[in-house]
Parts: sequence; C-alpha cells; structure tokens
Amino acid sequence: MQYDLVVIGGGPAGLAAAIEAKENGIDKILLIERDRELGGILQQCIHNGFGLHIFKQQLTGPEYAERFINILKEKNIEYITNTMVLDITDKKEVYILNEKLGYKKINAKAVILAMGCRERTRGAISIPGFRPSGIFTAGTAQRFLNIEGYMVGKKVVILGSGDIGLIMARRLTLEGAKVIAVVEIMPYSTGLTRNIVQCLKDFNIPLLFEHTVIDIKGKSRVEGVVVAKVDENKNPIKGTEIYYECDTLLLSVGLIPENELSKKAGVIIDKRTSGPFVTESMETNIEGIFACGNVVHVHDLVDYVTLEAKRAGKAAAKYIKGTLRRDGVKIITINGKGIRYVVPQIININNSKEVTLFFRVDNIYKDCKLEVRLNEKVIKSIKKDKVTPGEMETINIDFSKLDIKQDDKLFVEVKE
Amino acid sequence: MYDVLIIGAGIIGTSIARELSKYNLKVCVLEKDNDVANGTTKANSAIIHAGYDAKNGTLKARLNVLGNQMFDKLCRDLDVPFKRIGSLVLAFDDNDLNTLHKLYDNGIKNGVKDLYILSKEEVINIEPNVNKTVKAALYAKTAGIIGPFEMAIALAENAYENGVEFRLNSEVIDIKKEDVYVVYTKNEKFKARYVVNCAGLYADKINDMVSKNRFKIIPRRGEYYLLDKSVKLVNHIIFQCPTKLGKGVLITPTVHGNTLIGPNAEDLEDKEAINTTREGLRFVLDTAKKSVEDIPIGMSITNFAGLRARTELDDFIIKEAEDSKGFINVAGIESPGLSAAPAIALYVLDILKSSGLEFVRKNNFKNKRKGIIKFSDLSFEEKNELIKKDSRYGRIICRCEEITEGEIVDAIRRPLGATTLDGVKRRVRAGMGRCQGGFCSPRVMEILSRELKVKMEDIIKDHEGSYILTGPTKKEVD
Ligand SMILES: Cc1cc2nc3c(=O)[nH]c(=O)nc-3n(C[C@H](O)[C@H](O)[C@H](O)COP(=O)(O)OP(=O)(O)OC[C@H]3O[C@@H](n4cnc5c(N)ncnc54)[C@H](O)[C@@H]3O)c2cc1C
Ligand SMILES: Cc1cc2nc3c(=O)[nH]c(=O)nc-3n(C[C@H](O)[C@H](O)[C@H](O)COP(=O)(O)OP(=O)(O)OC[C@H]3O[C@@H](n4cnc5c(N)ncnc54)[C@H](O)[C@@H]3O)c2cc1C
Repeated sequence: MQYDLVVIGGGPAGLAAAIEAKENGIDKILLIERDRELGGILQQCIHNGFGLHIFKQQLTGPEYAERFINILKEKNIEYITNTMVLDITDKKEVYILNEKLGYKKINAKAVILAMGCRERTRGAISIPGFRPSGIFTAGTAQRFLNIEGYMVGKKVVILGSGDIGLIMARRLTLEGAKVIAVVEIMPYSTGLTRNIVQCLKDFNIPLLFEHTVIDIKGKSRVEGVVVAKVDENKNPIKGTEIYYECDTLLLSVGLIPENELSKKAGVIIDKRTSGPFVTESMETNIEGIFACGNVVHVHDLVDYVTLEAKRAGKAAAKYIKGTLRRDGVKIITINGKGIRYVVPQIININNSKEVTLFFRVDNIYKDCKLEVRLNEKVIKSIKKDKVTPGEMETINIDFSKLDIKQDDKLFVEVKE
Repeated sequence: MYDVLIIGAGIIGTSIARELSKYNLKVCVLEKDNDVANGTTKANSAIIHAGYDAKNGTLKARLNVLGNQMFDKLCRDLDVPFKRIGSLVLAFDDNDLNTLHKLYDNGIKNGVKDLYILSKEEVINIEPNVNKTVKAALYAKTAGIIGPFEMAIALAENAYENGVEFRLNSEVIDIKKEDVYVVYTKNEKFKARYVVNCAGLYADKINDMVSKNRFKIIPRRGEYYLLDKSVKLVNHIIFQCPTKLGKGVLITPTVHGNTLIGPNAEDLEDKEAINTTREGLRFVLDTAKKSVEDIPIGMSITNFAGLRARTELDDFIIKEAEDSKGFINVAGIESPGLSAAPAIALYVLDILKSSGLEFVRKNNFKNKRKGIIKFSDLSFEEKNELIKKDSRYGRIICRCEEITEGEIVDAIRRPLGATTLDGVKRRVRAGMGRCQGGFCSPRVMEILSRELKVKMEDIIKDHEGSYILTGPTKKEVD
C-alpha cells in the first residue's frame, strides 16, 4: 500500500492535519485511528468548553470533533478505525494491524504523528499503600462514565487538580457520588481557573493545596486514604495527617505525550516537553515526519491543538510537493527564566515569516511581563496580571522586519 | 476419596501437583483464593538463584542447587519464559571482598557450577552502569530470571490436563484425622490418605489443625519498584553483599524486559500486609543507588510488595509430621523457594513414597503444555496467518504490551482460565505496561463479561470484594 500522507491518530490533531493537507492539494491521504471511532479523547469529554477561540462557541468535546469528522468525510479523506499502528521506520514505512487487513506495511511520502497523550499513573508517582480496586486515573474514570455508562464509586478523593480531575469532580457529584476533596501537592492548580470555579467552588468541594496522598487503605477495595500537608521539598509533615474514608481514589496527576512509536522511527524527544523537537513547520528531526497536538506537548485547549495541526498539515503538503524550504537561517528558541518549555524549538524563517510560540511558565507569577528577546534585544513584551503553569501561553512573532542571522537565539522569559 | 490432597496453589503446591500427575494417583489441590499463584508466588524477585548463599548442609542449599538445574527443561516443556542471564554480587570494600570469597567457597561446597570472581575491570566491562567504586564481583553464570506466576499457572494447567483436580475458592478451615484425613472447607469435605501442606504464610495454621509440633510463620515483607521497558540499566542480576536480613536489594531485568528493584526486609505480624510504605520504598531506592548511581525513578510504572513465609529455623521445613503419619508439611518456604520448587516437589514425592504411597507411572502423561500464543513475538507472516484463522488476533486490546483480543480470550477459555482482571494480566500481561491498564481495563472487562456471561459490575480486579464498578450511570447526562 502506498500513500502520499499517513496521519497517525484520529483525535482533533490528526483530523485537522489531514483536512489541511487535503486543502493544500494532497489527495492520497490515510488517517489511522486505533479506537472504534474518530475524535480521540474528545469523545469522552461530554462537558462544554471546546472551541471558544476557533468557533466562538461553547461546544462539547464530541460536538467539536464532529465538525471536523464531517469535513473529513465531505472531503472524501480515507480513514480506518480499529486499527493500530505498531511500528514506523525512518523511511516512513508504517506497519498497521487490524482484523480485516491483518498486519500490513504502508509506504508513505510523509507521516504526521498525532497520537495524543496518556495519563500518569499511581506507579509513576509511587503512592505507597495497598493496591486494591477503586484507584482510577481520571481519564479512565471519565471513559467508564461517559462512554461505557458505569459509575466507578460513591465516595471519592481526587489527587491532582489537573483539568480532567476537576471536570470529573463535577461529573461524579452530578451522578450522586460524594467528592470529599481534591488534593494538590503544588501551591497552585495545574487546571484552568474556569474549571476550578465551575467544577469545585460551585459544588463546595474543598481544594487542598500543598497536600498529598501518603497512604492507601483497603485490601480488596479502597477503604480510605491518608492525606498530609507537605513541606517545601514535597515531604509530608508529621502530625498533619488526615484520614478520609472513601471507596475511590481518582488520579489527575499529569499527562505524558505518547511517543513510543515516534522513538521507533528515530524521532528525538525533548525532555522539557516529552514530545519531539519540532520546527516552525512541526517537522521532527526525521525529514518528512511531522507531529502535532498532545504528542508534541500537552495542550489545555483544543483550539490550539487545531491551530498547530493545521501548521503540520500544510507543511506536510509542501514537503510532499517539494516546496518545504530547508535552506536559510535557523533560529533556536530557548526557555529562559520562569519558562518550562517553548514550542517550536527550531524556526526556519524561510518557511514562515510569522510564528506563534507556545509555552508554559514554571510557577505562578503575578503582575509580570512575558518577554521575548532575539539574542540581547527585547522584541516583544506583554504585561500579565497573572500567569500559571496550568494555562498555556502564546505569543506571535513577526520576523519579516527583523534582521536574523544563522543560530540566533530567541529567548522567552518571565520578568517580575 | 483422594490419594493426595494438596493445600495451596502457589509455586510449591502446583509443582508438587504436576509431579504427582505423572502417576496413577487421585490428586486434588485446594486453594482459598479465586486463582492459582495469587499469594507470595506473584510478588517476589523472580530469580532462579544459583545456590551459593544458602548455608552448606541445609535443605535450602541442596534443593536450590538441584532445582536450578531443572529449569531449562521444565520451562521448555511448559512454555514459560526463563533466561539464564547470570548474577553478580558486588563488593565495594575489603569486608565485602571477604564475603565474596566466603560465598564462593560455600557455593563450591553446595555444588554450584560456573562460579567466578571478577575483577573491577571485568565487572564494568559487562555492566557499564554499575557504580565505579566497585572492587570485584562474584559471578554466578547459572542464575536466571523467570516469570514466577506464569510458571505456577503453567504447572497447574499441565497438572490439570493430566488429571489433577483444582478447587479454587476453597479455604481449608479444619482437618480431622479419622481412618483417613477429612479436610473441611466452608461447604465441602474431602477425604484423603495423604495431605500436603503448602499453604505458604498460613502453613502454621494448617499444621496446627493436625499436629502438636508447632512452628510459627513470620511474614517478612519486601517492597519493589518496577521500571518501564524503555529503561535498560543492567544485563545481569545485580546483588550487593548479603546481610543478616537476607540477600539485600537487587537490580535485575525481568523476563519481559522491565527492570525490577528491591526488596527490603521487614518482619511483621499481619499476613496480609502486602502494602508498600514510603520508608520501605525510600530504603530500596537509596540502597539500590549503591549498585547503580543513576536510577531514573521517574520511569517507575508500579510498586508492589510480597511476604516471605519465614520461620525461626532459617531452613525449609519439609517433612512428615512425627505425630501424624501421612500429613506432610512444606513450610517456611522463603527464598530460594521459587528456585528450589521443582526439587522440593521431587523431595516431597520421596517422603510420600517412604510413607507408603505407591507410585505407578501413567503411560499417557502429557509432559508438554502449550502456552498462550504471544502475538507480538510472531513474524510478519505468522501474524497474518493467525489473523486469517482468527480475526481476534487483529485487534489490539492492551496498547502498551500489544496484547490482542485473541490472547485474552485464550487466557479466559483455557483450563483454570482467568476470571478476574488481574487473572488476565498475570496470564497475558494486558494492563502490565506503562499505562497500567488505563486504556485496556474497560476493554478487558468487556471481554471477561462476554466470555464468562457475567455483568460488567460483577467483574472484580483480584480478590473477592475488589469490585470495580458500582452500577450504571443515570440515564441523562449533563
Ligand atoms: C481527558 C481530557 C480532558 C480535556 N478537557 C478539555 C476541555 O475541557 N477543553 C478543551 O478545550 N480542551 C480539553 N482537553 C484538551 C484537548 O482536548 C486535547 O489537548 C486534545 O484532545 C488533544 O488532541 P490530540 O489529537 O493531540 O490527541 P487525542 O485526542 O488524544 O487523539 C490522539 C488519537 O490518536 C490515536 N492513536 C494513538 N496512538 C495510535 C496508534 N499507534 N495507532 C493508531 N491510533 C493511535 C488515539 O487513539 C487517539 O484517538 C482535554 C484533554 C484531555 C486528555
Ligand atoms: C520479597 C520476596 C522475594 C523473593 N525472591 C525470590 C527469588 O528471587 N527467588 C526465589 O527462589 N524465591 C524468592 N522468594 C521466595 C518465593 O517467592 C517463595 O518461596 C514461593 O513463592 C513460595 O511459594 P508457596 O507456594 O510456598 O507460597 P504461596 O505462593 O504463598 O502459596 C500458598 C498458597 O496457599 C493458599 N492458602 C493459604 N491458606 C490456605 C487455606 N487455609 N486453604 C487453602 N489454601 C490456602 C494461599 O492462598 C496461596 O495461594 C521471594 C519471596 C519474597 C516475599
């Protein structure tokens, strides 16, 4: 089997990338999704709040996905579901598996990686205690409730204040469960402010900062958890232990880009994002392999996923047609003081004069400035009342009037 | 009426059952849990020790060395993952060097083959990640790694195929000696001429039902970290010098390519205390860093703990009760119990023989067991061949370990098949990967529910009472 473009992953990233490539003149496209239906993680996000930026509308996750799925179908873009990509090589050979075709090799001129992310588990953060049933990652619980139609418990403690945890606090409450508390080890939430208000405050669910779960009780099913306050080194403080009787512990302790497949193709992963190093065109270090969405870095708003995916789709089309530029000066972006990471990591201005930088701060800062420097020179400075690690920031940079030399450095920094 | 009743379906009970199934005997295994291999056999270091450290002259030493030699054939016959990767005991100072030589000498006395003392350079050459302050190491070429629950499950399946009965969910609550033994579970009673006690942590309780010669099992906990497959730290089993609490903290690859780090050793009262602790895990990590400084602990995918069934005696107790003929204790089977298991089984057969049980070989004994096909290990052509025969092999359920629906259905349908989420996990590894069942548990539950014809809400994780779902959601959603 031979295609111009293979897109791996049928979430919002994969969908938008495939559509954009088609609109840019690529015809032989195959989009591959391992789940039963297209839409990715959006299918289980039945709450409102998707598409505010792009559609100026409050859509649910499935509604947002449906808009793109419909366009995909109208444009006759070929897709297969229930199909898992098991391997990719740096020669852009894609190995797929499903019940009808069996195990097959596909050759592609270009590949777009859009595999999304997975949730961090109890094991990743080594919560001690027993290992009974009743411990779920928030996303798994969300799937049980919203897709399978089952409740996971009656009295719930949630560890971590990531968005999925917050959303699930509300969802479980509306389903008649008692959410006792949300416990967060950091002094701030990694979730969106609007979710803290709408999902916790409106339901009087307490949010405990600088606390964590230090023990899990129950030999068959969870019977309770011990929560304690932590010191500045995140060690529990003796004497601050609280015992909560509960039958369920939900974990919303972070997402990890799913790059096992990318690594098989030789794609290099940036430790700061856990996703591939990418260029302004969302191209990885392997020529012709592009990436977008949560596989590159974890997004909190789907709108930005779509934006980024369009970039990848457009660039892949250029690459297939042989018009993606490799010549010209390249700039490296650098996360300066107060910034955890910046995407893209490399910019070739021959491919686009205007680039949106995506980045996250490493702590809460109030009354500060977000500054972009080209080497020593400040080229942009934006006043902010408050920035938090839970909300991704973006800045547009117009390079057309700047004098750029090879290996110039573009710094993003927080100025207090 | 049975010839032999075996109490406990851990590695010991299943090894004995399989050995007995070679003969014309009526044998039954009683297990309190809902699956085999759900006790200590599922939570240990999974090492087939070479046998240099158990004190010369003990049963532990003799049966370890004998047992070790039996694994190649056993694992080939039963289709169980086993790799002789060799072990190293690292020495960091003169005291340790002294210990190495003592271990070496003890090993030679025990009859261990292929033991060598390696220089610092030789150690670093084969193990580039170990702490550079290492001075020397004892290399035991015959040490290996195994899938311990896979082994016990395979033994049980093969014993079953050869006629041994298995009664799960059957806790022994009393034993009476009449003209024969009458063994009571909650709802049934079983008569047998011989009873073999392999109840692990509860072997003392079982013994108390029959014999006046008491012993006490002291649970000694060991805690572990298990790291993601992408981490490659060591090529061999890396020990430090043993202390009075045992063989100490080790770092080893597992047969499936993960890295295992642990255990500590802590004596407890509670025989169900398989919880991990903050202090225990910290100790394990700090101690392991002496062997390999740079451990990416952020790549941990799970922690677990197991309980060693220790007695004051510091040796296995394998003998017929002096005051009760026909009742055989196989107790205090702490490490190297797994390594010794096949030899323990032979030893128990000898005891039964000398106690008067007649052994007549079956002529239709099937020594081979076909394991569950491991789809991801097949070649391109084999994969397609298999999917053509059964399309369920074309459907990946566990994404991290690449386990197909075909494999899961096989795990459920075969004799003594899986009935729980963890039962599936132990047989085919669905849910054992880096996402720890986050993606696949709803799918696996669906398959269990369909195959076993039970409701989703009735699927449990592991032991009785470990329910996962509490019922359907309300019809309308927000
Ligand atoms: C649980 C959750 C709640 C969220 N809530 C909100 C919210 O309220 N509002 C908002 O704006 N944003 C929200 N977001 C953020 C936003 O929706 C996500 O960032 C976005 O869905 C990411 O899109 P994606 O396409 O990169 O990944 P995904 O949606 O995860 O899609 C990736 C797809 O790739 C498939 N795939 C992966 N590997 C393979 C393979 N090997 N072979 C074939 N297919 C593969 C997966 O099955 C999946 O369908 C949420 C995110 C999550 C995870
Ligand atoms: C931390 C740790 C590390 C270890 N590392 C190694 C190693 O690397 N190499 C090695 O060789 N050995 C090792 N061991 C030792 C090895 O794991 C044990 O020797 C072995 O698993 C013991 O098996 P068993 O069958 O005796 O016990 P178990 O597996 O505990 O089986 C006993 C069974 O009896 C059942 N039972 C109990 N009471 C009743 C009752 N009343 N009625 C019915 N059934 C009952 C239980 O449910 C259980 O299934 C280690 C042990 C631990 C704890």
